[in-house]
Amino acid sequence: MKTMSMMEAIREAMNKRMREDENVLLFGEDVGAFGGCFGVSAGMFDEFGPERVLDTPISEGVIIGTAVGSAATGLRPIAELMFIDFVTVGADQLVNQAAKMRYMFGGKINLPMVVRLPLGAGISAAAQHSQSLEAWLAHIPGLKVVYPSTPADAYGLMLQSIDDENPVIFLEHKILYGASGEVDENMKPIEFGIADIKREGSDVTIVATGKMVHEVLAAAEKLAEEGIEAEILDPRTLFPFDKETLLKSIEKTNKVIIVTEENKRGSYASEIAAVIAEDGFDFLDAPVVRLCAMNTPVPFSPVLEQYYVPSAEEIVTAVKKMF
Amino acid sequence: MDLTNEKIIEMYKTMKRIREFETNASRLFAEGSIPGFVHLYLGEEAVATGVCATLNNDDFITSTHRGHGHIIAKGGDTKYMMAELFGKETGYCKGKGGSMHIADATKGILGANGIVGAGQNIAVGAGLSAKYRKSGQVCACFFGDGSTNQGTFHESINLASIWKLPVVFVCENNLYGISMSQARHQAIQDVADRAVAYNIPGIVVDGNDVFAVYEAVVEAVARARSGQGPTLIECKTYRHKGHFEGDPTTYRASEEVQEWMAKDPLPRIVAYLLDNDIVTEEELKKIDDEIVKEIADAIKFAEDSPVPSLESIVQDIYTDIVEEVR
Repeated sequence: MKTMSMMEAIREAMNKRMREDENVLLFGEDVGAFGGCFGVSAGMFDEFGPERVLDTPISEGVIIGTAVGSAATGLRPIAELMFIDFVTVGADQLVNQAAKMRYMFGGKINLPMVVRLPLGAGISAAAQHSQSLEAWLAHIPGLKVVYPSTPADAYGLMLQSIDDENPVIFLEHKILYGASGEVDENMKPIEFGIADIKREGSDVTIVATGKMVHEVLAAAEKLAEEGIEAEILDPRTLFPFDKETLLKSIEKTNKVIIVTEENKRGSYASEIAAVIAEDGFDFLDAPVVRLCAMNTPVPFSPVLEQYYVPSAEEIVTAVKKMF
Repeated sequence: MDLTNEKIIEMYKTMKRIREFETNASRLFAEGSIPGFVHLYLGEEAVATGVCATLNNDDFITSTHRGHGHIIAKGGDTKYMMAELFGKETGYCKGKGGSMHIADATKGILGANGIVGAGQNIAVGAGLSAKYRKSGQVCACFFGDGSTNQGTFHESINLASIWKLPVVFVCENNLYGISMSQARHQAIQDVADRAVAYNIPGIVVDGNDVFAVYEAVVEAVARARSGQGPTLIECKTYRHKGHFEGDPTTYRASEEVQEWMAKDPLPRIVAYLLDNDIVTEEELKKIDDEIVKEIADAIKFAEDSPVPSLESIVQDIYTDIVEEVR
């Protein structure tokens, strides 16, 4: 076991696979000697050289397109976009090409590629550098969407993302880059579609993703002081999604709240709520609650930005209302 | 030109095969046997043929919505192509792709593409792969003049030029982006002029002269394989039919159409074959008959093939996940 930050965990998982397999490459804007916009690829250029850690021009479309074309022809590329918000610029290559090629071609071309997308609010980066667009991506058949909340999960899920034969979207919450945790460097890849119970409890199930897992953990401590034991479920992958573990938890707690950092309207939280309504209705003693960011662009001013994202206090209040 | 007679005859066969395939596709679409959209390559046969005649089996191509010609020229099997156009289970894509999405990885065909310009970016990825693996492969990237106004054109050639990737960018300038003439969609006459912006060679050739295309591409491929990077080759050509089957083509003057029909690449290569005693009339007829039969057999194969099972709808999205049928 080793203590690592989330950023180190992501980097070390990439390093591990790049040492083992020469067909794994990393490319994106400033990922080379500069070390990446947030420093995730620091040192990788020195170890693997300019042929395997490649700086690209600011051209999101061709960054993703290069991943598609190289994955179709024998490589296992990892592409980084600086911010998930820029996926709009390269969306065709992700949505119409990467996601659809295997199906359109009758299963005859595999695309083992990873697209890393830093996301989330919290650094006053305003409306074009702070969004949580996971619902857009999870909506598209042909993509897998991974969203770790801890260094250990990030490590194991990154290994699996690189090993996967399909296009994988790997979401990295920028506020969590500095979060530290224990990582077993010899761990096996974490299989997709298996949720993790981050805290056991019997009174209410709280589903959360990314940075919200940590807000919810803080809220759970406060709730425990008031006699409410929350079970915290982190899906870890949005597609494939672990419905079984979720339903099992709700069968036990009979109450569920979903906390994400997305705009509430059309969110993945809404999808989870719909799954519960369809398949878990009989377990429920109270309506499903969604606690998400507001339906606004992400504001700049720290005071507004903080207000935009659900806080531990708001989570406590929302949970207490369910009793 | 250092082409053997054998190679020239092969090139003729490819052009004739495309012509016969497309002529029949046009008829079958009109008769209702082929669903969806069909964009025909009639009139542009010399481009795909000249380009692919320079490539090896393991070289790559990226194609377009008007892709039948590229796929045939790169060695695609007309039987599986026709079955795919019919939406049958035996088609290249098991009936999931159709006319615009045929691919054959075993022949380096990275797919026709329904998004104008998208193949340009994918070609860069194939080029990176070839360069990184030091495989000696090249990627020929086909696209039309219409796509040269997409961001992908700039992004892809820029990246290929700075990384010196083995990609040959082949612009099929058929003078129209759907209904919009080149004069209306861009302020230049030669797309090849844009090569200057990437510090790479930009070459204009008569796209209806298969040998002119071949010669230009041979040089570009050699340049690519030797690590000197991409070339932009503009082939001036013309589509005999509309953008899609059913397009009334009211935007083209009949004089212009007549002028280009007179430059039809097929009669030109036939004249070359006969004038240079490469084949006799008799031999030519035999070749033609064989191709006519091949396409007739392909149609029969498509007609006789089963439609896809409904269960297949959820297959082939992922390598390892099959969701339940609704």
